[in-house]
Amino acid sequence: MNNPSDKKQGVQTTGHVWDDDLCEYNNPLPRWWLWTFYGTVFFAILYWLLYPAWPVGSSYTKGLFNDITYTVNGEEVTTHWNTRALFMRDMQSSPAAVRQREFLDVIAATDYEDLLADADKLAFVRSYGRGIFGDYCAACHQTGGTGIVGRYPNLSDDDWLWGGSVADIERTIMHGRLGYMPPFRETFDAEQLDVVAEYVLSLSGIDGGDAAKAQRGEVIFKGMAGGCFHCHGADGKGLPSQGAPNLTDSVWTIANVPAAETFDAKKEAVKGVIHNGVQRQMPAFGERLSPVEVKVLTAYVHQLGGGQ
Amino acid sequence: MMKHETIETNSGLLIILTLAVISIGGLVEIVPLFYIDGTVEEVEGVRPYSPLELRGRDIYVREGCYTCHSQMIRPFRDEYLRYGHYSLAAESQYDHPFQWGSKRTGPDLARVGGKYSNDWHVQHLVAPRSVVPESIMPNYPWLLDNELQYADVEARMKALKRVGVPYSETVEEYRANVEKFGEDVARTLDIGRARENLVAQAQAGNFDGNGARLSEMDAVVAYLQVLGTMVDFGQYDEGHFAQFR
Ligand code: HEC
Ligand code: HEC
Ligand code: HEC
Repeated sequence: MNNPSDKKQGVQTTGHVWDDDLCEYNNPLPRWWLWTFYGTVFFAILYWLLYPAWPVGSSYTKGLFNDITYTVNGEEVTTHWNTRALFMRDMQSSPAAVRQREFLDVIAATDYEDLLADADKLAFVRSYGRGIFGDYCAACHQTGGTGIVGRYPNLSDDDWLWGGSVADIERTIMHGRLGYMPPFRETFDAEQLDVVAEYVLSLSGIDGGDAAKAQRGEVIFKGMAGGCFHCHGADGKGLPSQGAPNLTDSVWTIANVPAAETFDAKKEAVKGVIHNGVQRQMPAFGERLSPVEVKVLTAYVHQLGGGQ
Repeated sequence: MMKHETIETNSGLLIILTLAVISIGGLVEIVPLFYIDGTVEEVEGVRPYSPLELRGRDIYVREGCYTCHSQMIRPFRDEYLRYGHYSLAAESQYDHPFQWGSKRTGPDLARVGGKYSNDWHVQHLVAPRSVVPESIMPNYPWLLDNELQYADVEARMKALKRVGVPYSETVEEYRANVEKFGEDVARTLDIGRARENLVAQAQAGNFDGNGARLSEMDAVVAYLQVLGTMVDFGQYDEGHFAQFR
């Protein structure tokens, strides 16, 4: 507004004038804006009344919603509105929680034998189990439990390190496992390493080896020089109490023998394991998961492939 | 009374008064939290980070992990089912700055401690897609290559001490920590022994799978493995923490 004389008819100004002629309109607020503003004030007052709001000393006003009810140790607690109480109520009595608990209670009350024989319950185990397996296990054992050779064992086959009964699997999940084989890099010279690997490959009938070498390897495997039998058994069939795998079958969990094309490449894979040893850990889930979750996972893993 | 015109024509005053008015909104929300009982729950087990974990946390912040990961589990059933017990204010009382966040490109990490093995973390940080094929998390291979710098760890602890984290410098402070956290923890909070403690923890834990050297990976994994593990929730009954709200 350069010229005060241009003033629109009926519009007020704030009354200040700067630089001789600069003034400012003082238009009334638009009506919709004003009512929205009053609306928010009204909302705030209502909110103060209904919800925890104003600090008073070391406490605060609790609001009129004083009816959030949940149970602790069999006793009903009623308290003011707050997210933790709502959480408790949700966990205990929301429709989804109640429906889920119906199933989980049934699972908790069923023993493994019936659980694995009952198609309906097994269907629940599969769908619920897939979810929690995804949350807690799949980052290592991969979706579907197929594992990664050398790192995380395959859970969908019928070959087990620690045993495939429900009791074994449950123990594995609850307490974790430490798969340990010592490195033999200091124990063996190149020749010894070579013949032991030959023997290991001969155990599962892989062609292309040298029978004389394998025989020398056998002496080391079964004797004190190698001591392999302590863990893998004199017959090489493995000892679940040590988590030591069966070396006489065609399943490999650390040495990626199946992926190697030639006999020499297979031998290198086995030599690598013996040379470097193995140390890998399955974390314990007994504290993180509830007993019924452990049960569902046990049954889930058991039914993936070769539960025993 | 001050005139509208006085304020309007005096920009310094205008700025000061504007700041005063807009800070009211913040103050009424924040100040009461300092004196309302139960803002920070009384709970056993929460302690400041050890020097190694602290360095890990610094690297976590440096790498911007917080841009994709929050560290706060909300008290909702779905969050509980996926991540575990909701986070307590007490659990981040020694975090400066806290890592709560609401941006979850990746999962919440508030309770990731103990969920995986050290090995897994190392492999996952170096090459996430080698363990989680669908992952969109970036590779952080340099964590394994970079040697961990810890010459300034005392200074970092002193800085945190200034904002209230009970690291100890004097004998009295050390004694107070023994009283509060027990002797084992108090030792790790002693600034005078920080470097020695850092090296000892890294060697005992061997977090990066290479005992011969101290890499940034050692620190990051040590930090990740302690997240959410300090409070033993088994010792509190279900409703315990609801009474603080
Ligand atoms: C940090 C990675 C990791 C996670 C997460 C993990 N596991 Fe494992 N798991 C392993 C490793 C490594 C082994 C092999 C241990 C060994 O070498 O003896 C293993 C072994 C097992 C075994 C024994 C296999 C056998 O052949 O005896 C079972 C069963 C199992 N895991 C189930 C699970 C379930 C169920 C979950 C989820 C609750 C899970 N694992 C989560 C790493 C993991
Ligand atoms: C202390 C017990 C122990 C001793 C001794 C031991 N092993 Fe093992 N071995 C294991 C365990 C446990 C595994 C599996 C590790 C795992 O799954 O985490 C294993 C794995 C292997 C594998 C890989 C199998 C696969 O499926 O990929 C080979 C090969 C092997 N051992 C050969 C040997 C030979 C040869 C010797 C003797 C020189 C030997 N082991 C001595 C415990 C032992
Ligand atoms: C671009 C976003 C992004 C950044 C940045 C990022 N992450 Fe992730 N992170 C993800 C995603 C997505 C996942 C889920 C898939 C996976 O496990 O890789 C994930 C998963 C994880 C997990 C496994 C969590 C679980 O419970 O399974 C950990 C631990 C983790 N990240 C740590 C870190 C650390 C430490 C950093 C910083 C060095 C980091 N992330 C940076 C996106 C990110």
